Amino acid sequence: MTLPPAAAETLWMLGPLPVTNAMVNGWIAVIFFVIVAGMIRIGVKTGMFKGLVFTAEAIVEWLLSEAQKVTGDRARAMRFLPIVGASFLLILFSNWLGQMPGTGSMGIWLPVRGELELVPLLRPATSDVNFTLALGMGAVLATHIFGFTFLGFADHMSKFVNVRGIGRALKKGPIALLTAFIELGIGLIELIGEVAKILSLCLRLFGNIFAGEVLMTVMLGLFAYAIPLPFMALEILVGMVQATVFAMLTLAYLTVATDRHGHEAESSLVRQRPLLASQTGKRLWWKKEREIEAVQA
Amino acid sequence: MDPISFVKLVKGLTMALGGMIPALSVGFIGAKAMDSIGRNPEAAGKLFVPMLLGMAFAEAIAIYSLVVSFTL
Repeated sequence: MTLPPAAAETLWMLGPLPVTNAMVNGWIAVIFFVIVAGMIRIGVKTGMFKGLVFTAEAIVEWLLSEAQKVTGDRARAMRFLPIVGASFLLILFSNWLGQMPGTGSMGIWLPVRGELELVPLLRPATSDVNFTLALGMGAVLATHIFGFTFLGFADHMSKFVNVRGIGRALKKGPIALLTAFIELGIGLIELIGEVAKILSLCLRLFGNIFAGEVLMTVMLGLFAYAIPLPFMALEILVGMVQATVFAMLTLAYLTVATDRHGHEAESSLVRQRPLLASQTGKRLWWKKEREIEAVQA
Repeated sequence: MDPISFVKLVKGLTMALGGMIPALSVGFIGAKAMDSIGRNPEAAGKLFVPMLLGMAFAEAIAIYSLVVSFTL
């Protein structure tokens, strides 16, 4: 019995790019969600797929209420829900698809390092470091983009490179100046914390799901009939928990990145609510104006 | 000792040592949750999700050592 390698195995080459079995599963997940989203959109417009539309509404309403518990206000929960909810559903589907019969076992015989080996055609997308790293980088990038959008360039940058604090402390005295220099150092260490966030999101999800794959391979190789059942139940639970942890962490990072009350001394100078698009005069081309007003009011 | 068996030894030790303190912390989280449920049985539903979240974060450290053990 060969254990699955940590790197996903290449099945064939598409020009210069290798297509791995985890990539096949990733594309299955994406195509599934695109088709479901299309069916929901048609169902909302014409009233056709009623059951699917009701289920989707229930799921989205539940996700929104859970997100609201973390962010506190509904407007931010609605703005963060596309990223957080989509990550949750994608990771959940990818994890649970790994428990389908055939994943990890159906394969083709390919020469691997000289000898012929059975390479599985399907492997959970999240058991590939590339997929989870992309998800982690996307999540942290989203926090920075939302930080810029909500707080403005200067406010968000001064969380990490706090030169503005030094400028303010020059008027106050030597102790405030020392504190401002220490805060500058802390802000620079926060940058390392951002890299740590990406790595921890990536490795937590990858480690859990890949270890689950190895565990299932070993258990099913041991005795195929009754013994793997509690481990399959464990894997279903782990898939759900890891999707929840990823989404909830992303939501917590987004909430912290868009929080205004980081510095009490400057809070009187800072706007308390994000401006409506009509007030800033910005055209958000991907949303109609009345939707933005309805959300932010 | 030749290099190959030394690498195997280090792989095993990485996982063994790296799994001790996360296991202890997961147990502490569970014990505190049991205490709170014993004190207030109605709060069991509200307590479940934060406990699971805390356990997942504590377990992530053991997962990091597992990944190191895989890549060695």
